[in-house]
Amino acid sequence: MSRKDGVTIIKTTTWSPGPGCHGGCGVLVHVKDNKVIKVEGDPDHPWNQGRLCSRCLSMTQYMYHPDRLKTPLKRVGKKGEGKFVPISWDEAFDLIEEKMKKIRKDHGPESVIFHQGTGRDIGGWISMLAYAYGSPNWMFGLSGISCYTPRLMMMSITQGDFAVVDASQWHEKRYDDPEYKIPETVTIWGQNLPATCPDGFFGHWYVDLMKRGTQLLVIDPRCTWIASRAKLWLQLRPGTDAALALGFIHVILKENLWDQSFVEKWTNAPFLVMEKAAGPALLRESHLRSGGSDENFVVHDAASGDFVVWDSKDQSYEQPDTTPSLTGAFSLTLADGSSATVKTVWTRYQENAADYTPEKVSEITWVPADKIIQGARMYAKSAPSALHWGLPIDTIPSTIPTSQAINHLWCMTGNLDIPGGNAIARYACDVVTYPYHAGGAILSLPDEVAKKRIGMNDYGPIKDFRAWAQPDKVLEQIFSGDPYEIKGMWIQTANPIACTGMEPGKWRDAIKKLDFTVCVDLFMTPTAMLCDVILPAASFLEKDSLKAWWVPLQAIKKTVDVAECKSDIEINLELSKRFMKDFPYESVHDLFDSLLASAGMTYKDLQEKTWIMPPDGHPSKPYSRHEKGLLRPDGKPGFRTPSGKVELYSSWLEKWELAPMPYHEEPPYSPVSTPDLFKKYPLILCTGRRMGPFFHSEHRQIPWLREQQKEPVLEIHPDTAEKLGINNGEKVCVENWLGKITVTALTTPIIHPDVVMAEHGWWFPEKEGAEPSLFGVWDVNVNQLIPMSNEGKGGLGAPIKSMLCRVYKAKG
Amino acid sequence: MSTYAMLIDYEYCTGCKSCEVACKQEYHRPAGRAGGVEVQEFIHRLPNDQLFITYIPTFTRACVFCAGRVKQGMAPACVKHCMANILTFGKLEDLQQQLPEKRKAILWTKG
Ligand code: SF4
Ligand code: SF4
Ligand code: SF4
Repeated sequence: MSRKDGVTIIKTTTWSPGPGCHGGCGVLVHVKDNKVIKVEGDPDHPWNQGRLCSRCLSMTQYMYHPDRLKTPLKRVGKKGEGKFVPISWDEAFDLIEEKMKKIRKDHGPESVIFHQGTGRDIGGWISMLAYAYGSPNWMFGLSGISCYTPRLMMMSITQGDFAVVDASQWHEKRYDDPEYKIPETVTIWGQNLPATCPDGFFGHWYVDLMKRGTQLLVIDPRCTWIASRAKLWLQLRPGTDAALALGFIHVILKENLWDQSFVEKWTNAPFLVMEKAAGPALLRESHLRSGGSDENFVVHDAASGDFVVWDSKDQSYEQPDTTPSLTGAFSLTLADGSSATVKTVWTRYQENAADYTPEKVSEITWVPADKIIQGARMYAKSAPSALHWGLPIDTIPSTIPTSQAINHLWCMTGNLDIPGGNAIARYACDVVTYPYHAGGAILSLPDEVAKKRIGMNDYGPIKDFRAWAQPDKVLEQIFSGDPYEIKGMWIQTANPIACTGMEPGKWRDAIKKLDFTVCVDLFMTPTAMLCDVILPAASFLEKDSLKAWWVPLQAIKKTVDVAECKSDIEINLELSKRFMKDFPYESVHDLFDSLLASAGMTYKDLQEKTWIMPPDGHPSKPYSRHEKGLLRPDGKPGFRTPSGKVELYSSWLEKWELAPMPYHEEPPYSPVSTPDLFKKYPLILCTGRRMGPFFHSEHRQIPWLREQQKEPVLEIHPDTAEKLGINNGEKVCVENWLGKITVTALTTPIIHPDVVMAEHGWWFPEKEGAEPSLFGVWDVNVNQLIPMSNEGKGGLGAPIKSMLCRVYKAKG
Repeated sequence: MSTYAMLIDYEYCTGCKSCEVACKQEYHRPAGRAGGVEVQEFIHRLPNDQLFITYIPTFTRACVFCAGRVKQGMAPACVKHCMANILTFGKLEDLQQQLPEKRKAILWTKG
């Protein structure tokens, strides 16, 4: 739309780079003389309905910031010395091609790591580049891949799909859609929602729901704004979430608050588990009969007393009219002639949960027993009841049992894929830029290369679930060269020195050790400072792209050019063509068209519409898809799991030799696990306090955002501060056996007296960039107090929000 | 002549500061100075010991009630972008009818 004053208004949608967040909002971009002069919210977009948060409202300051990288740069001084010269794109591409091809020739393609940050608009394009180059080592650098991946993995193996709170985001009419129901309760487990828009979600949807009558149950060590608005707030000890979830399960079972028909029909609760000397194991047809399949399971028929096989392929019992016993212990003779005792999954499940009495859980979690009972009742008795969980579920080494227990809550209460519950979330219209499961979308790798992915032989979930290399193992291998040398790193949408890297000093040494490193970013960062070539990327208003997680399916449209910046997609396409003979796509639009084929449209069509919702009856549109046969590839009712059931006793975990049912595991550094360390470091250090104006390590140079918070703070309870002689606003040192930072004390009663909360992602764009300063990152980066290589069992999770520290007033 | 006013349903204000930045973008105001609105935080400890966090957007002398936008039939920039949709701009007599029934709110007039 063009106005009289020469302003053109372009309707588009957001995703990084720019706002940084995972995007989704609809915007109206005001352009004059090829310059963006204003960004407003699009009132017609169902996601944000006209609203915008401060990061998108600051886009003009972001795009035209004097510090934006405007041309490719080549290092001329020593690494980290900060001496770069501008070069042309041709020179940059030629240089990268030459250097990286040489590494490939001398050491093999697997010796280059392709390193991304959080799940912004990059996964598809960086995996395309890695695979075109031939490397399987595409990686997200956070220790234990502790961001969303653990939760996704657990949901995927438990219920075959991911689920998120249904805040009506699948409906154009949103809350007014007749099919939609307002949740009676939303449980917010570990997230300061209004300050974040996480995981394809819009935090303020919860405010919309509160206004429409939803009540809140908030589980958080801090009394955030949303916790202060909750009907019930449970202040738990960081890292003990699994115990609390198991406490809920205990109460739900004891008080019969579970959904019997769902559990009986749709979960593997009736399956039998053998008691074996080596531990329990699911009873499979192969145990029962020689020649039987080990993909089929066995139940006990209550009517006949027979042991009946569940055929996973046919999704049916071998005997019609089987009524499986939900509970019980039985004896039977196995195919090898031995006899065995078996119990149903549900019986074992009850036994497992019996240990987690409210009293015991209270001791572990610090939450009073009566409040645990109240919380469990509030969650389970509400209908519909939705549960939103946050990053703390990933950032603990026990992330697997923790996310499993919480996932079970919405399954056993029948809140899966119902209106106003936890709805299954798929890529809109099945448009997949990169799959979560191992394997490629745009390109795939030949088997013999794929097998070299770092970490896949160490951990089952890394091998079978996600195509990423395991970052802790990558860092170790950079120094050890075992089983092969790492020689180069391509870093895009990532800032490991300031943000994703734990023990960032090690990441600095690692990057400097390599023969060749490239960083693609929009601003000079502490990480870019260490690299050999830096490429200037475009913001979302300067590029064409698309987004399909979860809904709507939408186009991101180029509105203007800024300097010589290129989009991440264009950069990676150009290099993919140079690295791979017969690369199958010529232009970015060819690439988008091929990805959009499953939606039956071209990129041009999508641009015209800006966004579309999946049509009714499509597998990517709720509800009750397990009943309608919309979830499984074979079109049968059920779930996309090995058995077709929600697996409360996980066959995948069994296969990976991990505990198949949830349990509590103490954080590795805690008053309980390491009492001696705790004497020296008597405060629990939680990190990642969310700040509205900033997305992770970004936006510290944007004036309208930085003015909202000038410096990193440490939240500390006033009583604790008083004991330590610390006043609000004073500089304090936060220290443990790994390192020390100096930040500003923020005394506040919202935090537990035994916990302090630090912020992540800080560096100072205004300070000296060259080493050793690296924009002052070492003074304030709290990751220096968090170890690498403490990943959880399964290679997932790390102790990022539950470390130990001491705090004292800084000198001078 | 009618008086214009701003209804602030602050029970749901999350302190996100979109209003502040929306105003700064609209009027190209510098960082480091107040624009037309500033949001204040209160952490109350109530008599029953419960913690309660309240944010209140405060309109400053620099607020012009978006006269230019309003003349063109648009909502003020802060109202349009408020993430919690708690701001309503309009004629005082209309807003008096819209006061929320069950919670406290603020009616800010131009005077
Ligand atoms: S949540 Fe905020 S930053 Fe993210 S796209 Fe929406 S308005 Fe922009
Ligand atoms: S009404 Fe207009 S001028 Fe006043 S604070 Fe809001 S945006 Fe600024
Ligand atoms: S935009 Fe709305 S919710 Fe956010 S601080 Fe301003 S008034 Fe409050």
